[in-house]
Amino acid sequence: MIRLDELTKVFGTPAGDITAADRIDMEVPEGEICVLLGPSGCGKTTTMKMVNRLVEPTSGRIFIDGTDVTKTDPITLRRRIGYVIQQIGLFPNKTVEENICAVPDLLGWDRKKSRSRAAELLELVALDPAVFLKRFPKELSGGQQQRVGVIRALAADPPVMLMDEPFGAIDPINREVIQDEFLRMQSEIKKTIMFVSHDIDEAVKMADRIAIFDSGKLIQYDTPDDLLAHPKNNFIADFVGGDRTLKRLRLITVEEAMMKDPPRVTADDSLSDAVAKMEEHGHQSIIMVGPRGRARGAIRLSDARGQKGRVGEHYSKLPTTVRINEDLRNAVSAMFSADETWLACVDDDGNYKGYITQRGITHILGATYRDQ
Amino acid sequence: MDTILELTLQHIQIVAVAVGLAILTGVPIGIAITQDQRAADTVLYIAAIIITVPSIALFGVMIPILSLIGQGIGYVPAVIAILLYSQLPIIRNTYTAIANVDPALREAARGIGMTPLQRLRQVEIPLAIPVIMAGVRTAVVMNIGVAAIAAYIGAGGLGQLISRGISQTDPRQLVAGALAVSILAIAADFFLLWLQKRLTPRGLSVKRG
Ligand SMILES: Nc1ncnc2c1ncn2[C@@H]1O[C@H](COP(=O)(O)OP(=O)(O)OP(=O)(O)O)[C@@H](O)[C@H]1O
Ligand SMILES: [Mg+2]
Repeated sequence: MIRLDELTKVFGTPAGDITAADRIDMEVPEGEICVLLGPSGCGKTTTMKMVNRLVEPTSGRIFIDGTDVTKTDPITLRRRIGYVIQQIGLFPNKTVEENICAVPDLLGWDRKKSRSRAAELLELVALDPAVFLKRFPKELSGGQQQRVGVIRALAADPPVMLMDEPFGAIDPINREVIQDEFLRMQSEIKKTIMFVSHDIDEAVKMADRIAIFDSGKLIQYDTPDDLLAHPKNNFIADFVGGDRTLKRLRLITVEEAMMKDPPRVTADDSLSDAVAKMEEHGHQSIIMVGPRGRARGAIRLSDARGQKGRVGEHYSKLPTTVRINEDLRNAVSAMFSADETWLACVDDDGNYKGYITQRGITHILGATYRDQ
Repeated sequence: MDTILELTLQHIQIVAVAVGLAILTGVPIGIAITQDQRAADTVLYIAAIIITVPSIALFGVMIPILSLIGQGIGYVPAVIAILLYSQLPIIRNTYTAIANVDPALREAARGIGMTPLQRLRQVEIPLAIPVIMAGVRTAVVMNIGVAAIAAYIGAGGLGQLISRGISQTDPRQLVAGALAVSILAIAADFFLLWLQKRLTPRGLSVKRG
């Protein structure tokens, strides 16, 4: 856990004092990612660098797991905190292996242990140790360098990590890939992370909590969904953007928004049974599932009413389905491109799990506004 | 009479000892002044002034001073002169190279918990090596010429051939000496360039691929 207590930094410059951090109070709970967000010069980097004492606070205190870091020797402190900088900062004279082992070597780890750890970490970010261990940073692509930068910070397995725009130096496509990769890693390693970003989309994606700064002040500190649903003032609302409600689509999974245990029919059911089920639930159509519960097709109420025969003879194919672990952004996109107002939701094996409607989605997005 | 070979070895020895000492002093000074802009300006200014003093004048100044310890002429003043002349290229290149190490690397080194000495040894000096070595090359090539003049104060070396050639109006000795000094300078330059490449960390010279 990281706790900032009235943390303040004033830089004295020839042009006058600059308050880069103004009585910041916040807490990053154990195992969570906190994204510091805000316009350029608002004090994100300064706030973060006070945690590992690259910048000395003017006043206030910082606690890591209850220990006051301002009373810890900075060298010892920094070796216990993973640090990733935007410019990556791999040492060009050292191999990938030596770079990754930098902190373990400073800590005097056994060489065998640190070297095998380096190989293990490379595999974690999908880089083949046999190929990359002995390479130099100049022999890597930008994305590969960035990955090595991240695992260098992880090498000594620090409980706390500071990451200053760690994925800033790569193109948007690769950035998404690395972000996903990092989130997957984080779900296992559960570090307590302070993460600087100036990109609201990155923040929404990565953060358990977002702290938005403006001119040295912490304006709002909330979960991404709360922040997007309830911006505290106009500054925050402007900063997160006019499409903030749409951004929330990314935060909600299909599973959370769908209607569960939906009615269903099989190929052998008669059309009149299907009509009865639809009328019972007030639905305009119903999904036909196969013998193992896979979504196979649909029957429309208007087509089935008054008809004789079995479902298997009259069903129509599903235009598309959506998987329950996808986010609502994908679901809405699929709905729009198929020109449907609802979609069947399936698990990874194609089993029919529920359905999702446009109304249901707008209802969910609207819910927090009505709560107020 | 001394053979050219002996004189060449003598010449090399004077320059090597003096530049060796200059590296031992100039590199630490160059590193130290990166910490303080005013000190850097002052030191570089003094080193620049020293290098503008003609060698004959420098020897002249040193004769009375070093006579106090009985070393007014010969080997010692030659070495001291070269040591002084070498300071500017070595200090300046060291200073420039260390001061220009990418701030991101310095920050990364600091951020992962390296002490200032570890930073120097593991990051800053390795990165500065090519530029420092370029300074050493300049110092050596320049001072092979200065060492030739030191023959006038009895330091020995290839300059003896030239001075004897002049005093005895013997063009053969004169030309042989002048040629030998030039060849030595060119050879030293090649050798040091090779050494510079050898000492440059491999990671700095590899190509993207
Ligand atoms: N060493 C320093 N000396 C003087 N002023 C500084 C120093 N470091 C930062 N500042 C000032 O403090 C303010 C906050 O800087 P900081 O680097 O924390 O911003 P930031 O939020 O990280 O911005 P960016 O998104 O551009 O990285 C800025 O006005 C900056 O000019
Ligand atoms: Mg910054």
